[in-house]
Amino acid sequence: MFRNVTAIHLHLAGVFQRKKAGTSLARCLHQTFAMAKRLPARRLDGIDHNPWVEFGKMASEYDVVNLGQGFPDFPPPDFAVQAFQNALSSDFMLNQYTKAFGYPPLTKILASFFGKLLEQEIDPLKNVLVTVGAYGALFTAFQALVDEGDEVIIIEPFFDCYEPMTLMAGGRPVFVTLKPSPTQDGELDSASNWQLDPTELASKFTSRTKALILNTPNNPVGKVFSKAELELVASLCQQHDVICISDEVYQWLVYDGHQHVSIASLPGMWERTVTIGSAGKSFSATGWKVGWALGPDSLMKHLRTVHQNTVYHCPTQGQAAVAQSFQHEQLHFGQPSSYFVQLPQAVWRYRDHMVRSLQSVGLRPVVPQGSYFLIADISDFKSKMPDLPGDVDEPYDRRFVKWMIRNKGLAAIPVSVFYSRPHQKHFDHYVRFCFVKCRMSPRSRPWTRSCGNGRMNSGPDAACSSWPHLVPACSLPGCQPFPGWA
Amino acid sequence: MSLKIINAKRIEGLDSNVWIEFTKLAADPSVVNLGQGLPDISPPIYVKEKLSEIAAIDSLNQYTRGFGHPSLVKALACLYEKFYQNQINPNKEILVTVGAYGSLFNAIQGLIDEGDEVIIIMPFYDCYEPMVRMAGATPVFIPLRSKPVDGKKWSSSDWTLDPQELASKFNSKTKAIILNTPHNPIGKVYTKEELQVIADLCIKYDTLCISDEVYEWLVYTGNKHLKIATFPGMWERTITIGSAGKTFSVTGWKLGWSIGPHHLIKHLQTVQQNTIYTCATPLQEALAQAFWIDIKRMDDPECYFNSLPKELEVKRDRMVHLLESLGLKPIVPDGGYFIIADVSLLDADLSDMKDSNEPYDYKFVKWMTKNKKLSAIPVSAFCNAETKLQFEKFVRFCFIKPLQPPPLRL
Repeated sequence: MFRNVTAIHLHLAGVFQRKKAGTSLARCLHQTFAMAKRLPARRLDGIDHNPWVEFGKMASEYDVVNLGQGFPDFPPPDFAVQAFQNALSSDFMLNQYTKAFGYPPLTKILASFFGKLLEQEIDPLKNVLVTVGAYGALFTAFQALVDEGDEVIIIEPFFDCYEPMTLMAGGRPVFVTLKPSPTQDGELDSASNWQLDPTELASKFTSRTKALILNTPNNPVGKVFSKAELELVASLCQQHDVICISDEVYQWLVYDGHQHVSIASLPGMWERTVTIGSAGKSFSATGWKVGWALGPDSLMKHLRTVHQNTVYHCPTQGQAAVAQSFQHEQLHFGQPSSYFVQLPQAVWRYRDHMVRSLQSVGLRPVVPQGSYFLIADISDFKSKMPDLPGDVDEPYDRRFVKWMIRNKGLAAIPVSVFYSRPHQKHFDHYVRFCFVKCRMSPRSRPWTRSCGNGRMNSGPDAACSSWPHLVPACSLPGCQPFPGWA
Repeated sequence: MSLKIINAKRIEGLDSNVWIEFTKLAADPSVVNLGQGLPDISPPIYVKEKLSEIAAIDSLNQYTRGFGHPSLVKALACLYEKFYQNQINPNKEILVTVGAYGSLFNAIQGLIDEGDEVIIIMPFYDCYEPMVRMAGATPVFIPLRSKPVDGKKWSSSDWTLDPQELASKFNSKTKAIILNTPHNPIGKVYTKEELQVIADLCIKYDTLCISDEVYEWLVYTGNKHLKIATFPGMWERTITIGSAGKTFSVTGWKLGWSIGPHHLIKHLQTVQQNTIYTCATPLQEALAQAFWIDIKRMDDPECYFNSLPKELEVKRDRMVHLLESLGLKPIVPDGGYFIIADVSLLDADLSDMKDSNEPYDYKFVKWMTKNKKLSAIPVSAFCNAETKLQFEKFVRFCFIKPLQPPPLRL
């Protein structure tokens, strides 16, 4: 039985370019025939587009100061770097596979460290799974627990992967929006002002609701959910027998005396919560891609099944380094010498600098209580420059970010990417900046384009041609932003 | 949690795993573990050194490009272009994944749909079946078949697919065939003729080929590894998977890659951006630099791609000799780092092994671990439920181990 190939793609230009000398044309043409069968699996429908790829590409083309993607531009603390070095120079067997569900010293220390915090007996084998970053933990949780037709409540604005991960698992996202209360004139907006309406939240729960995904501290707004707010979410989860997936990657990045509360520590919640954490965010080492999920065995056993059929093992040495780094933190916990104390204190200063700087150029920042990010209201620009170049139905904030990249030497992320499609047009007047940056990035040649007099000009009409002064200047080349701890 | 069913249906029946069971058994330090495919030899010094240098570089501790660190995908393109007729676009035709295991997952999730059929050749690396099932597809099995020939050493090349039987497995629902060459566990290196039969069927039935080539460098004298993607008509329909862990003896780095045409790789990239997003940066940079060292000296015996198979061929021959001296009948592998042996001739007394429902080789391995302090993996673990009995006389041993295993008497 012979099937004719009906879809033939002849990329002749590509064929001539790619072929090597001596290869016959016939063979090249034959090799460009594509398959007639539908190629991508249906689970990928609607989830192929990714805003990071688009904006990241543009930021690199224009050579800007990149305050878009969330990673620090300072190194991990010395003890963490040393821990990685130790992992590389000790037992050569650390170059080989470790236990599938987590390198034992790491699962052990995570169990004891978080057991204390959550006031829960945590078994390293039953209640801890090490994953490829918190991103990997999220994926594993969705695949394990969300089925075709299940509803998943997502709080907007949301870290953008929650929606496609729900869809890839066949689930149906149900959105509920954090809404800002109006501020007094002259007063800065604050992330704590952005709240869920309890009645609206309750109305989102149905008999098909399988899970609610919570992110505190929240990306992009920087809200730290209060205990009262979490108790509301908790009572609804219990009432409707819903699982809570709690993304707490920024748990140490809290400012102004706010307290991070893990929902799993509230009564009745341990047994229905998967709590996700990140070594990358905890130790300023996002490139290590080590994360974890914690929870009761009744949930974790399903995450383990997914894990053993997806990546199976995580890299060993990164795990060894994280284990040793946690051992350091356990010794110093709660003291001024703890990185988890020093990091937020230092980053707090960068936040404050960025808040002032954004105001100076006519943006209106929403002061975050936590996370790496803040969002800024660009409504003034929208009313003064409504017709920025872009596609006809492209949300304003996306066009603004592209304008800012081309004209102001600065990259950021439009906040509409963190909203569901129908709501994007209501929230197209905010831009997200990452402030975990202590110095000019290696690509910050825009410094030379900045105002020669060093003054900060304000407003959208400012004579100053670029905005790299939004990043605090570092007084030392190749600085250690946190002298005093090593 | 109360009455709701907690787990998603996609993982029903996928929770058990042979490795979890047998590595637990072998965890006793007094047991010589020839089970898991894990080198007990040190990676080459320059590989370790590179990682050490890189760990000190600030920027390499932060996120890199999601589809693969730029210097690594460039190195992979440069290396593999030597084997393909076309140039390879490092950004569009390569994806770096969490081990080859991750590439298998990305390929299956990206390209295999509910209702599709996927042909799997038995015995198979055990994750193929659960990954296909997790994608909602139906695995269709075909065994490699052989009988030992008297007077001649039994070789992995004696194990073949019957072409007519293979053709009968293809139909309009066949979305892909998973090929593994060199083969785990038998160590077979598919010949040009054998690959041509598979390629012809893939083209005839418009089927994809997922080619797991993690042991591509581990090929012994008299054999040559061939890439099915280089056969006419195959580049456009093949994903070829490789592994840093097996290439440089660094299984714990968990880096692998998929290479193929953009119209296939883009779907694996979509899976990547919705699963783990990016792989670890310092490991990718170190791997890139290790590759550059060996790419520059591909004809040199010092090149790890040449020196490792030489080293392993010696270990293979020793293992063959050892297994024969113990009264087992090994099948000499042409590639890979495993060897399987028929253990039935030993007629071991397994009467005290509980659970008589288990296949013979499961019981044999448990008996051998407990009584002879030697562990291995039963080959029926690499078969589907219905056909375990076809391979229950065989046990798999890994030989990428130090040259002096303790003397054993079974």
